[in-house]
Amino acid sequence: MMNDTIAAISTASGVGAISIIRVSGKDAIKIVNSVFSSDLLNVDSHTINYGHIVNNNEIIDEVLVSVMKAPKTFTKEDIVEVNAHGGIATTTKILELLLVKGARLAEAGEFTKRAFLNGRIDLTEAEGIMDLINSKTENARKLALNEVSGKVSKLIHNLRDKIAYLLANIEVNIDYPEYDDIDEVTIPEIKEKLTSIKNEINKILRESENGRMIKEGVKTAIIGRPNVGKSSILNKLLGENKAIVTDVQGTTRDIVEGSIVLDGIILNLIDTAGIRETDDIVESIGVNKSLDLIEEAELILFVLDNNSELTFEDKQILEKIKDKNHVIIVNKSDLENKLGKISDAIYISALNDEDIDVIKDEIKKLFKLDKIEIDNPTYLTNARSISILKRCLIDIDEVEKGIQNNEPIDMIELDLKDIWNSLGEITGETYDEELLDKLFSSFCVGK
Amino acid sequence: MKYEVIVVGGGHAGCEACLATSRKGHKTLLVTGNIKNIADMPCNPSIGGSAKGIVVREIDALGGEMGRNADKSLLQIKMLNNSKGPAVRALRAQADKITYPKEMLKTLENEQNLDIKEAIVEDLIVNDGKVEGIVLENGEKISSDTVILTTGTYLKADILIGNTRKRQGPHGEKPSNHLSEKLSDYGFNVIRLKTGTPQRIDKNTIDYSKGRIETGDCEEWTFSFDNKVYYDVNNQIPCHLIYTTEKTKQIIMDNLNKSSMYGGLDDIKGIGPRYCPSIEDKMVRFSDKEKHQLFLEPESVYYDDIYIQGFSTSMPEEIQEQMVHSLPGLENAKILKYGYAIEYDAIYPTQLKNSLETKVLENLFTAGQINGTSGYEEAACQGLIAGINASLKLEGKEPLVLKRNEAYIGVLIDDLITKGIRDPYRLLSSRAEYRLLLRHDNADMRLTDYGYKVGLVTEERYKKYTTKRKNIDDLFKYLKESKLTPKDNEFLESLGSSPLKDGTSLYQLLKRPELNYENLGKYFPENFSLEEIGQALIFIKYEGYIEKAKKEAAKMESMESKKIPEIINYDKVPNLASEARQKLKEVRPVSIGQASRISGVNPADISVLMVYLKKGHF
Repeated sequence: MMNDTIAAISTASGVGAISIIRVSGKDAIKIVNSVFSSDLLNVDSHTINYGHIVNNNEIIDEVLVSVMKAPKTFTKEDIVEVNAHGGIATTTKILELLLVKGARLAEAGEFTKRAFLNGRIDLTEAEGIMDLINSKTENARKLALNEVSGKVSKLIHNLRDKIAYLLANIEVNIDYPEYDDIDEVTIPEIKEKLTSIKNEINKILRESENGRMIKEGVKTAIIGRPNVGKSSILNKLLGENKAIVTDVQGTTRDIVEGSIVLDGIILNLIDTAGIRETDDIVESIGVNKSLDLIEEAELILFVLDNNSELTFEDKQILEKIKDKNHVIIVNKSDLENKLGKISDAIYISALNDEDIDVIKDEIKKLFKLDKIEIDNPTYLTNARSISILKRCLIDIDEVEKGIQNNEPIDMIELDLKDIWNSLGEITGETYDEELLDKLFSSFCVGK
Repeated sequence: MKYEVIVVGGGHAGCEACLATSRKGHKTLLVTGNIKNIADMPCNPSIGGSAKGIVVREIDALGGEMGRNADKSLLQIKMLNNSKGPAVRALRAQADKITYPKEMLKTLENEQNLDIKEAIVEDLIVNDGKVEGIVLENGEKISSDTVILTTGTYLKADILIGNTRKRQGPHGEKPSNHLSEKLSDYGFNVIRLKTGTPQRIDKNTIDYSKGRIETGDCEEWTFSFDNKVYYDVNNQIPCHLIYTTEKTKQIIMDNLNKSSMYGGLDDIKGIGPRYCPSIEDKMVRFSDKEKHQLFLEPESVYYDDIYIQGFSTSMPEEIQEQMVHSLPGLENAKILKYGYAIEYDAIYPTQLKNSLETKVLENLFTAGQINGTSGYEEAACQGLIAGINASLKLEGKEPLVLKRNEAYIGVLIDDLITKGIRDPYRLLSSRAEYRLLLRHDNADMRLTDYGYKVGLVTEERYKKYTTKRKNIDDLFKYLKESKLTPKDNEFLESLGSSPLKDGTSLYQLLKRPELNYENLGKYFPENFSLEEIGQALIFIKYEGYIEKAKKEAAKMESMESKKIPEIINYDKVPNLASEARQKLKEVRPVSIGQASRISGVNPADISVLMVYLKKGHF
């Protein structure tokens, strides 16, 4: 219970200059260190350290990290606090990263609870906290049940069921080896199941990403060659929404210039510096810069000019945006078509107000806004579940590694069981007789 | 005369229990309904199997008798799951149903502190919540400090065949008619369970040519770490594999309503084991399956009975005749004993402490089928633990409680007392979450110290164990210090192993999948036994997995060390969910760890409980 390390965003959610992610527990320093650009393991207690949060050589954010070693801390455990500058998206990403590295998402009031359990707070205070924790538990129980509902729960349940069948089959081979009329689980069978499970997990993660974007805003880039009409389109989009344009200081990586709300979808426009000024400046943005932008953006509005021919660079960009959310906008549809036919493009004239609606509809279609059911989401919205799914992917790699090394089935099963258990953490199913039920209902054995 | 211990029942649990107490120097009386049925094997003629074979090794390491006794009565033995991984390997043997009980009786009769009496027990002497002895059928009272009940299927036993119900034990003996009612009066929750057994066939009437022969291993095996081989490896008795036919299925489906379990009897209350369904059950539940596998197993070299494993039934005798004759090779078979189902009383096992002493009556211990388990091995290991703990209680010492990461025995007892049962409980390898640590090969390493400490392991055995332990340590040291260098690259490449850049220890090299003792044996020193080398290699090859299991186990252990005081009043703990409160009151876990394994107790309830304990209510 208290052996693990917990983490949570400890500042109020919403757009603030700084958000703090607090990590407490015996591995707090080790875990943050694993994603920090310099060494935290040997720094003095109660120091503030400057650096970057890094994942796979990619810089996530520029941060200040406070390291406070036990026992002189709030929880009497090692505490590390990451002061991040990013908006919600970046902060959540850092939290997710810490969860993947081994921290557990703290429950409501859990830092305080630890402070109490470790004797940091006296009995009088404890009475109050006791009530707090208790009032949370009934709710927490309900929350845990509702956290994942409907379709996604069914999806994960099905994944789990697939693994359970494999496990039951392996177990029955082990516990009833004399039954040669029960098929042995074969390695190709495990591999095949794993591939399909991996694909489904990736799909859920992708959709969760969409879900998160809808909640927190979609990083949007408008790209295209000079003079194709990017600024007119942007101004038209913004023009209607002037009142809610904000200047949000983003992270070091993405500068959010303004947000547009389109029927519930927030588009956070990135790196639009210049576009709003004049197309001339944008001329200096080469194709490389465009490719970088595509990498970073979650939605790309690619603007082409109906009146000029498709260039090599345009083709490069078309290729690059294939796998991302994108809208190809062919502007100046009222002029002569020199561009040729572009598939999946919408044809508009930025001068027409109605044509702007066509763009908006296209974006809405992309995020399936009509289909989003708030009560029954098809995606995971919380960092905990997302980090568990990511951990499952790591475990799947372990199984595949084991298979490659010719490990015996019993060892491979250990990792398979981890995946099954992890998925159960998401859906709240940890009934331990479940496997046996499966075994005896699926296989015919006995004296 | 007054005894220190009375053991009621002479089955596998009773034998281990009375041997443990008498060997520990406590004057013991074993009461059995029929002295001829001591250590009887009323069902299949085999010992061991997946998980169960490991339990026999554990019993042996703790100083119990089952392993040694099985070794004396082997007809055939093999190692299961060789290819599936070191943790799931287990021995399974066919044991002679005449030799096994005979040898066990001999052992019991040689025990100085042990008396054996033939009688039926119908009540306990109870005073002030404590048991003080037993009352026999004829009213005779025998007093003792502790009582261990190992009554097997003999509490209100009913044999069911077709539409008949007869109050009798497996061999037609008299059961105890009132003891379970008395237990109920004393406050026990008594439940009814059921199990079944197949027909026995005259081996001279079977045409074996229609079956597939199943032999033992060519390698010599023993259950016991004594390693005494009593059987001839080249002369093991085979089993035969056959399959049910279309006709078998037809007969069963046509006569389903005549089976006791399918309407033949309408007053069946017993819950049968899921892992051991009758052939009727199998046909109904797996109706798309064309045929079912059956094993013809020899019961003894001294008589002609062949046991049809997989064919247990409660059909009427005339239908059983048809069923048996529909099997290949058994067209003309003579049935020597019909299959039957048996119903019996047991107590719900959450009424036990982890020592196997009951919570309801002090100084009363229970073991085996009365606790809701099934299987000879499951019974024997509980008998041993109950015997050890009854003795330790007499000696004023703390009970021996094996943890889930120490022994299958620990898993079994913890499951019983924490989760209760739904149907007769069988040990399965999947029940052990740390099974990588609970292997066949290391049972002695895990448990000999405990057995020695309680006084059941002899000096000679203990010395053997410490020597083995030291040798394995030396071997590790040697393998870590001895290195191969790039000079050996040619040799390595000839084995399909990648060349070295620097000197690399044998320990590291042995982690490579393609390298093992077979091809690197020439670098091993000569003074180590294959057993020691084998065990060291398992650790080296699977170190990553083993370390992971150990880490998980350490987490569990730290939860286990957070004790819950016995006097806790769960009604006074605020904010527990009502299901959790009820379960906690029923099980009364000794630790936060045990509490967290109770189904229906959620993590939130555990937090509440921990806060309550920390708050200093105690």
